[in-house]
Amino acid sequence: MTAAWAVPIAVLLVLLPRAINPYQTILLTYGLVMAIAALGFNLLLGYTGLLSFGHSAYFGVGAYAVAFMVKYLHVDSMELFLLGAIVASIVITALFGYACVRYTQIFFSILTLALSQVLWSLAFKFFWVTGGTDGLRVPTPKLMGAASSSEDKIHFLATGYYYYVLAVFAVCVALMWLIVHSPFGKALQAIRDNETRARFVGIQIRRYRFVAFLVSGVFTGIAGALWVPLNGLTTPDILYWPFSGEIVFMTVLGGFRNFTGPIVGAVVFNYLKTYAVGHTVYWQALLGIILVVLVLVLPTGIVGTIGLLRARARKKTSR
Amino acid sequence: MDILVVHLFNALLYASVLFLIAGGLSLIYGVMRIVNLAHGNLYAVGAFLTASAVSQWFAGSESAFLYLLLPVGALGAAAIGAVLEPTLLRPFYRRREEYQLLVTFGLLMILEDLIRFVWGPYPISATTLFSKIGSMKVGEFFYPRYNLLVIAVGALAALFLWAFIYRTKFGVVLRATSQDMRRAAALGVNVNLVYVEAFTIGCFMAGLGGAMIVPSQSAVLGMGVDALVLAFIVVVTGGLGSLEGAAVGALIVGAVREIGVTVFPEIELAVLYLIAAIVLLIRPAGLFGRTT
Repeated sequence: MTAAWAVPIAVLLVLLPRAINPYQTILLTYGLVMAIAALGFNLLLGYTGLLSFGHSAYFGVGAYAVAFMVKYLHVDSMELFLLGAIVASIVITALFGYACVRYTQIFFSILTLALSQVLWSLAFKFFWVTGGTDGLRVPTPKLMGAASSSEDKIHFLATGYYYYVLAVFAVCVALMWLIVHSPFGKALQAIRDNETRARFVGIQIRRYRFVAFLVSGVFTGIAGALWVPLNGLTTPDILYWPFSGEIVFMTVLGGFRNFTGPIVGAVVFNYLKTYAVGHTVYWQALLGIILVVLVLVLPTGIVGTIGLLRARARKKTSR
Repeated sequence: MDILVVHLFNALLYASVLFLIAGGLSLIYGVMRIVNLAHGNLYAVGAFLTASAVSQWFAGSESAFLYLLLPVGALGAAAIGAVLEPTLLRPFYRRREEYQLLVTFGLLMILEDLIRFVWGPYPISATTLFSKIGSMKVGEFFYPRYNLLVIAVGALAALFLWAFIYRTKFGVVLRATSQDMRRAAALGVNVNLVYVEAFTIGCFMAGLGGAMIVPSQSAVLGMGVDALVLAFIVVVTGGLGSLEGAAVGALIVGAVREIGVTVFPEIELAVLYLIAAIVLLIRPAGLFGRTT
């Protein structure tokens, strides 16, 4: 079902910037970037059964890797940014993952949270390296070696950069689709559903969890790298643990028990947050209430609920 | 030599506030196996309530009376806890941990804005309580007497809690429920009541922590979120669900923080998180934790 929908949705995403104004396109770009992060996050939560409360760390590593490349190496090519972010997030996720995958359940969540806060406090305190709470500025990068044709940043973000993010997003979705449908992905789901049986079948649980952790972190790191030029600035806020909570929020909003859930959740969450922030000072409370109601009433998220409704409708018509 | 005494007092001051917050968090986890991400916000509520009681509602009253107002924040936080547990948390005990963490994360966001709604965006404090009792001489240094009061309250709270849990009938029921909820229920324990009481006590402690800190520091937005990660370090180091662990963890974190602030201020927080991570690696359940 998902594969059949992929083509029309891809066409829609390609054509959309012609129909909507640049502001809306940029909002959608943010949504797609977060969708990559949520997709990566969900490999752990939805497919491996591990709830990370520290994914802000890998998002932040991607973002700060780019910012450091700008500040210290004077790099301005987006491809090199992505490469640097991938290398940096592999190093950090390998280190953190090695420690974290020994645990499951609540201890896994707390350990990921504690480790992510190590990075936050470093970014926060070493202000002469990281800019502290002022953050680091990242100017408009070169895409495929070509500098932005226009001086107008909004125009650049809404056209060239949008399509760049869309392309990376498409590659990430395709890769993740292959991963979760590969024998490796099936093994992860087996571990999630029954660890003891999975071990009996001969799956090396810790190694599989470690690889899943690595892939998950790298996807989130890529999202961080794409996010910085969009935002123009990286601050320690994206390393602070409530940001990890947002990643969990958007994934559950879309539904973590299916492939498209995190994508839908991230895009919807991004619109939701933007409009909540625009309309009330108390946007946090609004989002909090939505989260509580969601968890109480629709634990399968948007996509899961749509699936349930469709199944019910089909049953009715067949009767 | 005197400077060491001052450092020791500071470490103990820090440890007692941390114990109040983390002890509540740990108690709640120990009894109902739920990690309350909104726990720090109850600490913040305690701080804001006491601050406004002292510096706004009853400003200008007798100073002895103002000191009696300190527990207002603790009582307020306890009242919120008594309402929250049966209404919001109870449906989640049988659900997966993801949902439990998420619902308390939602609660965190709501409480954060509730504080903004009630008290506005500006910091408030209750400095009269801090300055009224002045300071005393420690060798060549002056040390605020109020800090010693905080240390005493922290120590007393630990003592009372210990006596309550290990020396009273209710404590026996509480420990039984914590070890095996079903069997306790089968033996006639009203588990729901025990849960409300444990959660209320946990929130009372968090609120007391906030109330005690507010005469020396302002109550600001976001203080709950900051406090929670520190409380996490304490309970992870000491062991989730163990009160002895919370006490020892608070002392360790208090000491490391005091040394850190003087010797390596830049990486003080990072060192704390790393200690927590290392303890988890060597002893997954923390120094005093049970592995179940």
